[in-house]
Amino acid sequence: MDFNILVGGAAGQGVDTVAKVLEFIIKKQGFEVFSHKDYMSRVRGGHNFHQIRFADRPIYSHRETLDVILALDATTVGVHSSRLLAQSVLVCEESYRTEISEGKALWLPLKEKAVEAGSKLTEGTVAAGAVLRLFDFDFAKVWPVLHSLFKAKIFEVNRRALEIGYTLVEPQFKLEFPDSQPRIMVTGSQAIGLGALAAGVSFYSGYPMTPSTGIMTYLASKMEEAGIVVEQAEDEIAAINMAIGASYAGARAMTATSGGGFCLMVEGLGLAAMTETPLVIAEIQRPGPVTGFPTRTEQADLSFVLTASQGEFPRMVTALRDPEDAFYQTVRAFNLADKFQIPVILLGDQYLGDYYQTIPPFDFSGLTIERALAGEEVWKQAEHYQRYKLTEDGISPRLVPGRCGTQVVIVDSDEHTEDGHITEAADVRIAMTKKRLQRLEHLKEEVQEPWAFGQTDPEILLLAWGSVAGPVREAIELLEEDYSIGALIFGDIYPLPTKLLTAMKPNVKRLINVEQNATGQLALLIRQEALIACTHSILRYDGRPMSGQYISNRVREVISE
Amino acid sequence: MTKEEQSTGPFESDDEITWCPGCGNFAILKAIKTALLELKKRPEEILMVSGIGQAAKLPHYIRANVFNGLHGRALPPAVAAKIVNPELTVIVHSGDGDTYGEGGNHFIHNIRRNVDIAHFVHDNQIYALTKGQASPTTALGQVTGIQTKGNLDQPLNPLMLALAAGASFVARGFTGRPEHLINLMKEAISHPGYALIDILQPCVSFNKVNTHSWYADRVYELPEEYDTGNLSRALESAMEWGEKIPVGIFYRVEKPTFSDRLSWLTDRPPLVDRVWEPRDAEKFMKELE
Repeated sequence: MDFNILVGGAAGQGVDTVAKVLEFIIKKQGFEVFSHKDYMSRVRGGHNFHQIRFADRPIYSHRETLDVILALDATTVGVHSSRLLAQSVLVCEESYRTEISEGKALWLPLKEKAVEAGSKLTEGTVAAGAVLRLFDFDFAKVWPVLHSLFKAKIFEVNRRALEIGYTLVEPQFKLEFPDSQPRIMVTGSQAIGLGALAAGVSFYSGYPMTPSTGIMTYLASKMEEAGIVVEQAEDEIAAINMAIGASYAGARAMTATSGGGFCLMVEGLGLAAMTETPLVIAEIQRPGPVTGFPTRTEQADLSFVLTASQGEFPRMVTALRDPEDAFYQTVRAFNLADKFQIPVILLGDQYLGDYYQTIPPFDFSGLTIERALAGEEVWKQAEHYQRYKLTEDGISPRLVPGRCGTQVVIVDSDEHTEDGHITEAADVRIAMTKKRLQRLEHLKEEVQEPWAFGQTDPEILLLAWGSVAGPVREAIELLEEDYSIGALIFGDIYPLPTKLLTAMKPNVKRLINVEQNATGQLALLIRQEALIACTHSILRYDGRPMSGQYISNRVREVISE
Repeated sequence: MTKEEQSTGPFESDDEITWCPGCGNFAILKAIKTALLELKKRPEEILMVSGIGQAAKLPHYIRANVFNGLHGRALPPAVAAKIVNPELTVIVHSGDGDTYGEGGNHFIHNIRRNVDIAHFVHDNQIYALTKGQASPTTALGQVTGIQTKGNLDQPLNPLMLALAAGASFVARGFTGRPEHLINLMKEAISHPGYALIDILQPCVSFNKVNTHSWYADRVYELPEEYDTGNLSRALESAMEWGEKIPVGIFYRVEKPTFSDRLSWLTDRPPLVDRVWEPRDAEKFMKELE
């Protein structure tokens, strides 16, 4: 059992609310949900839609074909009705009546019934009621969910609207209820925010930029209860410099932005590196350059973040593959930033940031906060503390100002001595450069090999990173009956883990990078770091995410070439 | 000035001073050390933050915690450090180019934020570290190596800007009046909230217009009966620039600081001492069920 519902309309028509009602009601019935949002950079008008897919087994991606369309405007019918199948159903206000090529159209008096329910604003809720009836959801079980979604003032009118909608149609689809497992439904942005809270973030400074704003919104909603500071900075430059100052002073600090904001943060990235101040930065990509597609998805900032800032220094880059991964990797990022005193960049994208997925609850029992700060033995010593003391592993004992007796902590963006003072000495420059870079070697011991899907010794190997993980996983499921095929999905991406790839390479006849960009940036990195060249590429750069079906079709094309 | 001539005491740094002989920065260094001694502060309680420029080197020449960051970006890390550890006395030293040029946006918005820090701007009306180009406070028409036909841009008035942005403590000092400057510094450090002192200072190498005697001939102290609580009067005094240049505290009022506004942290330890386990965040997962 695997259904896909599209809810579409103009911005301001309540598409988000209707989608939320359906997502939560379906989730509460025990189904696995994957709900993806496609929206335009405008507050009113245009065309926005959600695709709510649900099944009785785990699902990892949106899909192309539709079982139901809930259309709040004529545009939705025009744009999406070709994706309906013979047994599919369109639910739409009767005044938009038109011809559709596939499926069954139910033209309903939604506007009239909304007024009957008590408010013309409930048109979407009436339609949601009809859609729930198509699947024969038990009304007694579904309406209580509305309590958590609507404020008391509008609850009753929406309950009435849902009930009226429910009576307008007859069941069309048969549900198979799964053995219900404990599940949470979460977006990538929420998972990153919750991961940061679990890791003990206490200072977040950021500047709103789609699609990264969800992280800040989430943290701000927990600010009071968690006892932390979430401050909207005057610009991204201030945001990263504030986070660095907070980290220097002893807080676990974070900032997040999208590519354009990250451009402004780049000098700050170098500052974190030069001062050896731990910092976690989430970069939630959207299509660029500059303003690009503000609300859409792309993976085209990889090459940029790998080399952002002048000079040479170690950094860690981890691509987030799904909300579950995003949570655990965020916690890990804070620990690695502290351990190695480096900036850690978490790379996400609009797709990952915005889609809802049902996943098992996060396991907090195995999580730890490892600050890696030096203890009394360092600050109680008679001699002056040296922030950049040369050590065997390049990691200097780190103290926090005002929390180390009579010692003082001196950090500098200039090249500096072990004391932290400005220097122009050639020998110190060499020693400090080596010290900074030396940590990269130790960092390499920490990197995690990519996820492997499909066959372990395949002839066709797909290589992908970040949010393409779920779609590739579904593509493998669609392809593995016909081909010897597997996939590696990179999370840790710099330093690049190469062991698994190198081991699988000898048997591989077609090596295909699957990326949401135009130049194949993962393939470039793999060629540079592992001396392995991909034989084919599947690239998409129209701002729309690849589904499992899409990748599967493209792989078949490549193979038939 | 040699090392031996620096003031001694707990604030003496062993770092070599690289300013030009006769630089106004020496007077500012001596004043801040004296002010901190008189306020009975300890080096470990002090965080000196700076950007880049000749002024921004000052934190290295005094024993204290030091964050010497990016050009124009002294304020963001300074206020964040203060928010994380309110027990630190946070003092920013940076120049006119650093503060009013490269860092103009942070200057305006940190006045709005009103974090409890002191901000001492070494205003020599010139870019000195880069060898003499116009700064935001260089006079219109002044000739430099880049402004060869004279500075085309009119100077901004930092005191008026600070007053207009809502600063709760706005002052001007002059390196030629060290006792007066020391007192201003002590008042600024003790003021709850953001406190600005624009410090007039000659650049002996690159500003041949605004010399020590140019300032000395013009500077006068605001009279004792001056009302520091009157914003209109403060704006009027801040407008005075030319034959006569007032120094002193132009405006001082108490406003809630940024920390005062963090009502939810009132009964909690400073963020630097926050006690937290991953499991403490587990409750937030409930709403995702």
